[in-house]
Amino acid sequence: MIVRVSTEGQYELKDEALERLHELDNACQAAVEAGDGERFHGCYEQLLELIRNEGEELQDDDLRGSDLTLPPPDITLEEAQSEFSAHGLIPD
Amino acid sequence: MAGLTGRMSTVVKAKVSKLLDRAEDPAETLDYSYQKQVEQLQNVKKGIADVVTAKKRLQMQEATLKQSVVKLDTQARQAVSAGQEDLARTALERKNVAQTELQGLDTQVTELEDQQQKLTDSEQKLRAKIEAFRTKKEVIKAQYSAAEAQVKISEAATGVGEQMADVGLAMQRAVDKTENMKARADAVSELEAAGTFDDVTALGSGEDDIDRQLKQLSSQPAVDDELAKMKGELGQGVSAPPAQIEAPAEGGEESAPAAADAQPAEDGQA
Repeated sequence: MIVRVSTEGQYELKDEALERLHELDNACQAAVEAGDGERFHGCYEQLLELIRNEGEELQDDDLRGSDLTLPPPDITLEEAQSEFSAHGLIPD
Repeated sequence: MAGLTGRMSTVVKAKVSKLLDRAEDPAETLDYSYQKQVEQLQNVKKGIADVVTAKKRLQMQEATLKQSVVKLDTQARQAVSAGQEDLARTALERKNVAQTELQGLDTQVTELEDQQQKLTDSEQKLRAKIEAFRTKKEVIKAQYSAAEAQVKISEAATGVGEQMADVGLAMQRAVDKTENMKARADAVSELEAAGTFDDVTALGSGEDDIDRQLKQLSSQPAVDDELAKMKGELGQGVSAPPAQIEAPAEGGEESAPAAADAQPAEDGQA
């Protein structure tokens, strides 16, 4: 599975890492919904570390698309709470 | 997937397919994609140049402020030695404002450097993908039937399209940050223009100049208090030589001990 961390790069992840990824992803989403910035940032950092450690970074000239796209590492809680398209996180 | 990544992925996919959906015919898709890619690359370069310009402006302000800090510190010391406590205080207040601004600028310069690095990395990735796409499209054109080519091309174009969306996002973030920096740079410029960081000996003899200067610092309530106290001590409109101050509200000591008190405070701010 190919995962993109926005503004950072693409990583190829083995299936074994996916379960953990989904757990962390859901935990992050729960923190976002609870409006708990500290928990969200801690959780998102773990998610990024998982991808960086377990994943293999794709070559720059690899043209494969990603199965998943993560927000940028410096995302704020407010941005995570927004619809990503509506607040300029994904510009037109 | 309902998580954070699921939401983000949906938006990015919609964005990428919007980028690619313009053309039906494979050859057209290729040309259109390639043209868009090259445009995007130009945009990134411009984005990087904007960040660098903003950074340079902040760095120039930093250099000026550093000079002011050194100068004001020296003047404060000289004023204390000469028993001119109010002049020393004015110099220290200005030095304090300058130092606060300096810290802010320093943080922002670091932030801009970070953005510049990110954009440069993004540009490099996009350039590599565009180059790979250019090679691949020639191969696809030569080797595949129209139907097969359509599939292959949209696969390849997705990879580049995604990178383009990503670069767009990186640029948006850089632009937002740069705008914030400009606001700060403008604020510092205004302070400079108001003479906030000027040489205190350049104030002239009248109190008007001091009043004008101190008004610029009125965002600090402590400074307002100081001004009121000082005015009370000096009386309005008196063109008072600084050394005449006798009874500061804090201590009421003679000028010599007061000067001695001012010394550690000054060091604390250095």
